[in-house]
Amino acid sequence: MAKPPEFDIPEAGDYIFTPPVMPDAMSHSQPYVAKDVHQEAIGFPGELIDNWQQVAVDKLGELTKKYRGLQVYLDSCVKCGACTDKCHYFLGTGDPKNMPVARQDLLRKVYRRYYTLPGKYFPKLVGAEDLTEEVLDDWYKYYHQCSQCRRCSVYCPYGIDTAEVSMAAREIMDTVGKGQKYCNEIIGKVHKIGNNLGLPEPALADTLEGLEEDVLEDDGVPVKFPLNVKGADILLVTPSADFFAEPHIDGLIGYAKVFHQAGLSWTVSSHASEAANFGLFIGSYENMQKVAVRIREAALELGVKRIVFGECGHAWRVGYSFLNTLAGPFDFLDPNYPVPQHIVEVTHDLMQQGRIKLDPEANDDKRVTFHDSCNVARASRMGSKAGGQFTLPREIIKASCNHFYDMRADTIGEATFCCGGGGGLLTDDLIELRTKGALPRMQALKELNDQHQITHMAAICAICKSQFAKVLPYYGFEMDQIISVHQLVGDALVMDTEH
Amino acid sequence: MAIDVNGKSLETDEEGYLADLSDWEPEVATVMAGIDDCDLTENHWEVINFLREYYEEYQIAPAVRVLTKAIGKKLGKDKGSSKYLYELYPYGPAKQACKYAGLPKPTGCV
Repeated sequence: MAKPPEFDIPEAGDYIFTPPVMPDAMSHSQPYVAKDVHQEAIGFPGELIDNWQQVAVDKLGELTKKYRGLQVYLDSCVKCGACTDKCHYFLGTGDPKNMPVARQDLLRKVYRRYYTLPGKYFPKLVGAEDLTEEVLDDWYKYYHQCSQCRRCSVYCPYGIDTAEVSMAAREIMDTVGKGQKYCNEIIGKVHKIGNNLGLPEPALADTLEGLEEDVLEDDGVPVKFPLNVKGADILLVTPSADFFAEPHIDGLIGYAKVFHQAGLSWTVSSHASEAANFGLFIGSYENMQKVAVRIREAALELGVKRIVFGECGHAWRVGYSFLNTLAGPFDFLDPNYPVPQHIVEVTHDLMQQGRIKLDPEANDDKRVTFHDSCNVARASRMGSKAGGQFTLPREIIKASCNHFYDMRADTIGEATFCCGGGGGLLTDDLIELRTKGALPRMQALKELNDQHQITHMAAICAICKSQFAKVLPYYGFEMDQIISVHQLVGDALVMDTEH
Repeated sequence: MAIDVNGKSLETDEEGYLADLSDWEPEVATVMAGIDDCDLTENHWEVINFLREYYEEYQIAPAVRVLTKAIGKKLGKDKGSSKYLYELYPYGPAKQACKYAGLPKPTGCV
């Protein structure tokens, strides 16, 4: 028998409950610290260095020069409080340091002390503080209680981007040798093997072959899952969870069926077998670039014409917003397609052109809602119109199933809540935080479920899928109620068996 | 951290996974399961044995789907589902069973 979790699971009662403030409610929560081998593999010191205070303060100064946005975010907060009740981690835990303004201020008070005139001369008057060991500990705890989902930024009258502040804090901590095990071990695996899992080419080949057998057996259609095929038109870059976990793999099967039915030539690359880019989470431009360049290298090596990203939230942020500057120019690709393109855009285009047909009756046993993933919602776009990242996934879901219902408006679209596991927090050592942080989403789901008996929640992000599979049961749902959008598409797709 | 197995102290990481994978012997699984209050049945061992075989060949744990298919073949189709694997290993087959089998923890968005 499994031991029950050693913390209280919140009850998904009435939406939306702003909790009483509980100081230090989560001051015990922190992820495992990266070992020297994980730190050094991605260019950081193996352990906390002797002169860490000075190096950290210098690094903070360097980052405010390098990223001008960061300096604006540190300077411009007026403590209006608009963000306080917008963070899922505050709503789920009640810890006041999880109010975005307070979490940011852990860095801001140090910035004031060393980089502003009043902070240098009258620190007490302006709430400026020295960088002490206690402050560093708070940074480590609370900057790993921010999933960089940017919901608070939507409500900030100044547009302060909390994610940038959290990323900067994590980069400073990495620089002085106090990194997070989960993210840093994973980034090292991507540099070495090509994906977050550390899935080597033979295992990837074996998994893909197995999928070909399964689809042939289930649907009688010889759908291929090509690997490292030179001269293919499309390079599919997808999270490695799509090869490994459930319900992710059903999404991968959906993409393959779409490519097959539309007659598109595609391949996966073992060199760039990861869409996610954890360099973003730790604010490390160098690591983010090194991960992104693998996609360019694979595209050149295989001679593809297009790059398509699978269902992965943060990957799409990096792909949509930064891929060109990180690893471009991509002038060797077909200029008729966006670089990169999202699988949802591909499926949507094919649907509109009549090149694929979806039969929604195939999913008549389901009553579905859609969870907007934070980084797709607030840091990217799809299609050619503003808001396409919200409408395109819904249009393909509605074309794939007859019973679709949205959760309440202030929890979807750009106001969507993080799943609770984003931004490098999807690790077992943070399970209490993840469970509590899922509360607002669970409340909205429960409310919709009470009205419409929802059977499934679909998502387009590997982290969201794994996180919900883990936490749904804590809130009285089943783990398999979270599914991939392209599972719905794959099941509804009318397949031509003679293709 | 460390666990005592047959009179030897074997080092584990903070999450309880073996630090040195070559330290593994069947008793390791029994001891780890004991820590989780879990009794290992023959069906648990089928999973552990398959994981070890797969790891030896591919240097990685199998995908959940590969595992469920293999277990379905060995124990009957009704048991070839992730639901059944979660009954055996409530912390998740990929993580709990990997730990008992002496494999590294699967990392990433899983």
